Amino acid sequence: MITQEMVPELKKKIPLFAPGDTLKVSIKVIEGDKERTQNFEGTVIRRRGEGISKTFTLRRISYGVGVEKTFPLYSPVIQKIAVAKQGKVRRAKLFYLRERKGKAAKIKEKRD
Amino acid sequence: MSVGLIGRKIEMSQVFDDKGEFIPVTIIEAGPCVVVAKKTQEKEGYNSLQLGFKDVVATKINKPVSGHFKKADVKFKRYLREFRIADIDNYQVSQEFKADVFKEGDYLDVCGISKGKGFAGVVKRYHWKGGRDSHGSMFHRAPGSLGQSSEPSRVHKGHGLPGRMGGEKVTTQNLKVVKVDAEQNRLFVDGAVPGRKGGLLIIKKAVKKGN
Repeated sequence: MITQEMVPELKKKIPLFAPGDTLKVSIKVIEGDKERTQNFEGTVIRRRGEGISKTFTLRRISYGVGVEKTFPLYSPVIQKIAVAKQGKVRRAKLFYLRERKGKAAKIKEKRD
Repeated sequence: MSVGLIGRKIEMSQVFDDKGEFIPVTIIEAGPCVVVAKKTQEKEGYNSLQLGFKDVVATKINKPVSGHFKKADVKFKRYLREFRIADIDNYQVSQEFKADVFKEGDYLDVCGISKGKGFAGVVKRYHWKGGRDSHGSMFHRAPGSLGQSSEPSRVHKGHGLPGRMGGEKVTTQNLKVVKVDAEQNRLFVDGAVPGRKGGLLIIKKAVKKGN
């Protein structure tokens, strides 16, 4: 069981990421008595909540359909979070991506 | 019937269970409670334990009450509550109870003073439906008719009317214990508990779960 008190410890294992970044998240999926890993890659369009209740939302276009998934940040189901790309954006919530398609929905990559 | 505890609501939070699912929990500071007095069938006409909760400085206690604590040889306590218990001989005065009198998976009844809602109308207070807001409706949140004229030509007893709501003793039944932290005397209970943060709670085993 994971409680609020364990959050400072869990925090250390999670990489820094911000809205606009592209993440690759490995999720533990239990089917019957089998366990396997599922990956989901997408752009961070929202981070919300405090402490153990903190969540983030990933958006990606899958077979031409927009898919959004919200994950609790400290969920034991999440096995790994990897930052694939860092995006350059000017706001914290990227909901405007929902109205855009193709090239207009592209986020500039951060270069330093 | 087993012993209960006096506690305090700390806050609500969430925890992940073993499946990785969120459970909404209320964190309760439960105990340590100490037996200040024993009441017996022979002397008082019923069996119960009087428990004390939260240490308090001596200046907050007046002389007659301080004698009550000294007789039991325990520290001064801020709150005193009685718990009816049949097998009273198993307990001694000045015995201490911690949060681990309950264990994971137990069901509890938790009693507290609900949050005051002030002078509330019938929609909030009794969940009446009220009227339509638009399309020329002139009836919104008013109580409406209270009865008929010739029969009964009075208002029935117990008829709902606006008035003070909340701030009363409320028991929430059958709350499951998700986690017990005996060191810090914390109980993690699935679901909500009456009252504000810091409010006093009486915690007992659930009566409807065969306790």
